[in-house]
Amino acid sequence: MRTKNTIIFSLISTLFLIFLISIWKILATLQGLSINSFNIEVLFLLGFLISLSHLGIGNKIKSIYKSIIFSSVFVFCDGYLIQKLPVWYNLGVFLILYFFSYKIGKYSFIGLKEEHSTQVILFDFLTLFGILFFSFVILFPFYMMLVTSFKTQIALLVNPLDFSINFGQDIKDLFKSYFVIFKSYKFGKYILTSTIVSVGTVIITLLFAIPAAYAVARLNFFGKTFLSTSILIIYMFPAIVLVIPLYTIFSQLGLRNSIEGLLIVYTATTLPVAIYMLQGYFKSIPKELEEAAILDKLSWFGIITKIIIPLSIPAISSVALYVFMIAWNEFLFSLMFLDNPNSFTLSRAIQYLSGDAETPRQYLMAGSVVVTLPVLFIFVYFEKYLVSGLTAGSVKG
Amino acid sequence: MNDTLANTEKKTAYILTLPAVLLVFAIILFPIFANVWISFKEVELKDIRIPEPRAKKIVKSISDEPSKIKILYKLRNSSLLQEIREVSFKDNFPKNFEIENLDPRCEYKKSSLKCEFGNWPAKYKENFQVIFSTNDGSKIDKKTLKSVKPKLDGKSDNILLNNNFTLKNFKKVLFENEFVDLLLTTFYYTFFGTVGSIVFGILTAQMVNQKFYGRTFMRSVLLFPYVAPVVALAYTWELLLDPNSGTLNSLLLNYQIIETPINLLGQKYIEISIFGFDFKLRLALTTVIMFEIWRYFPLAFLFILARLQAIPKELYEAADVDGASPFQKFFKITLPQITAVISILFMIRFIWNFNKFEDVFLLTGGASGTRTLPINVYQQGFAISDIGMGSAVSIVIVVLLLMFMFFYFRLLGKRVDEN
Repeated sequence: MRTKNTIIFSLISTLFLIFLISIWKILATLQGLSINSFNIEVLFLLGFLISLSHLGIGNKIKSIYKSIIFSSVFVFCDGYLIQKLPVWYNLGVFLILYFFSYKIGKYSFIGLKEEHSTQVILFDFLTLFGILFFSFVILFPFYMMLVTSFKTQIALLVNPLDFSINFGQDIKDLFKSYFVIFKSYKFGKYILTSTIVSVGTVIITLLFAIPAAYAVARLNFFGKTFLSTSILIIYMFPAIVLVIPLYTIFSQLGLRNSIEGLLIVYTATTLPVAIYMLQGYFKSIPKELEEAAILDKLSWFGIITKIIIPLSIPAISSVALYVFMIAWNEFLFSLMFLDNPNSFTLSRAIQYLSGDAETPRQYLMAGSVVVTLPVLFIFVYFEKYLVSGLTAGSVKG
Repeated sequence: MNDTLANTEKKTAYILTLPAVLLVFAIILFPIFANVWISFKEVELKDIRIPEPRAKKIVKSISDEPSKIKILYKLRNSSLLQEIREVSFKDNFPKNFEIENLDPRCEYKKSSLKCEFGNWPAKYKENFQVIFSTNDGSKIDKKTLKSVKPKLDGKSDNILLNNNFTLKNFKKVLFENEFVDLLLTTFYYTFFGTVGSIVFGILTAQMVNQKFYGRTFMRSVLLFPYVAPVVALAYTWELLLDPNSGTLNSLLLNYQIIETPINLLGQKYIEISIFGFDFKLRLALTTVIMFEIWRYFPLAFLFILARLQAIPKELYEAADVDGASPFQKFFKITLPQITAVISILFMIRFIWNFNKFEDVFLLTGGASGTRTLPINVYQQGFAISDIGMGSAVSIVIVVLLLMFMFFYFRLLGKRVDEN
């Protein structure tokens, strides 16, 4: 039992180490180092030996010294015997190994005798592996987007693997793509249009949604249940089905290529979610407050503006942020309704830019950074509100 | 007393909900009905522009005679296809104006010129000229004359409103349009995209539900693909996967994992042999599904995490006392607790993936075997500019969706009854 557990532990930890080092090697390759092989056999051997000797040594040496010894041995073998690479690369490997031996420090021969220890090990390492894997897979495209926007056309073609940014160059050269898209492609105007459309959608949606949500949450009227169930069903209805009729109607009314047209459509498509999210929150406000207000002869307008809105600022802001994000990211309707470059939104402008095969990719990526940054900034800054807004819909319903 | 109170309550409720209901009705429900209507018609993109009678007014002074003026109207029918019937024309002039040459189709009364031009065929053009003089001999100001615009009116057939219906569109959609292939592609895309995003959602939620350093940061990072704009992400992926100088292919070539670059988004099939069996994998479709999973697993993650955090800790403590292994705890406690969320998620994501347009459109444009039903709506309606066909495809989408929802709820209802 113990031998089996020891071997399984060493195997799993070795695989984890190989994964760590491989990611580091990929990142190092992207900084311009020429690494042509992962040397998996060597990594495997070293990792396996380190895991085994960790168990063998046990507590005889202080764990810090143990980690340093392991790391140094690994760096020496991998970095100086097999491939000669710069110091910063080896420093990274050293830190990874230090982290690795800190992680395996928890396990000892005695612990491996316990019941389910293989499963516990597997679970622990899978979690670690998952954290790193998902961070890498998710962040890598964003990293690439950012780096590409700072490169030049020639640099990109000569070595597509060189992701290093030369910070020594002139600021004007570094941010050249950004200057170009703002000057020659009028991105300033598109940002303005996108902002007007998104903020406008938020305001109109709230104006329509707050009273309706209040009615659904509080008042009794014929057709209330029908209304609240149909809200959800409409929310599920696909936008692609609306596109053709709206296109024909908007063409005949001359609403295409106009901000007003986009505002109407965005508001209508976000209203159901907004009403649904708000009414759930309004229901949680104690009724006594309104009853007191009714005794004070406050009208419904007074109740909404003086009691409901001040009490539900968190919910309203989460709806507002959510709607803003939907409107800012929206692409389908802006593709259908806008064909005049003067009324483009950011998303549509980037798509238009990519339609021209001549457009250098760093401009495309600079545009992508410009459209992505505000959303990510808002998301990170107001994450609490947004996450509660995103989850409110489905888990409780 | 109570009655009147209930009545005012009702009234307020209707006033409060009416604006929202009207807007949603106009923009979401009405178009769905309009879709049914259009899908039975032969309409093309160029037919939907309403023909308009137009006039361009040109004011010309006549030399030597300052009290006289020549006005030229360039009249035309804006449509190249349809005629306009009973075109009427009206323009106003200053009070001291008198007309010199009155066209038989027109009359001049109370300083306004009214004409009935009759029917204009498609592409009709005419230069219509009138000469005015002032009755008091005063000088004429060209600017004020130019600022007044003539009004034109006319009747034309709106192709959308006539009563010609046809089943041609549906016949084409169902029998000529490689319908089975379209349906299969859509199904693969929807099903694997949904299942994949839920599986990754479970894995990541289980992961983040444990305590580790940087957990809140990890939670934000996991949601990045879901909140960032599609356009930016799709083009980044396109660059990443580009066969000529994309990062992924360059990396794989660099490490000698592959010998020739793979066109992940432009190749329909790839041959894979496992244990001597040769498979033909739909490569571009698989890549698009990967993107789909990458972009939407955060939603599943979010919902499942919220549910996981609501599971009472006592359950796990009791399991620990009984000596359950981590996998037993996962399969016996965690999974049963999240099945309800998963079934809701499956439905939501299935419906949304079924209708997803942007992702595939931006990545491949529907080429190399990634043409799904929503892409087909766009291709029929706007690339081939056959609006009727596009509508018919969207009706097919709606019908399929309703069928799916019907069966899903019946299945779900049965399972709830059994429990």
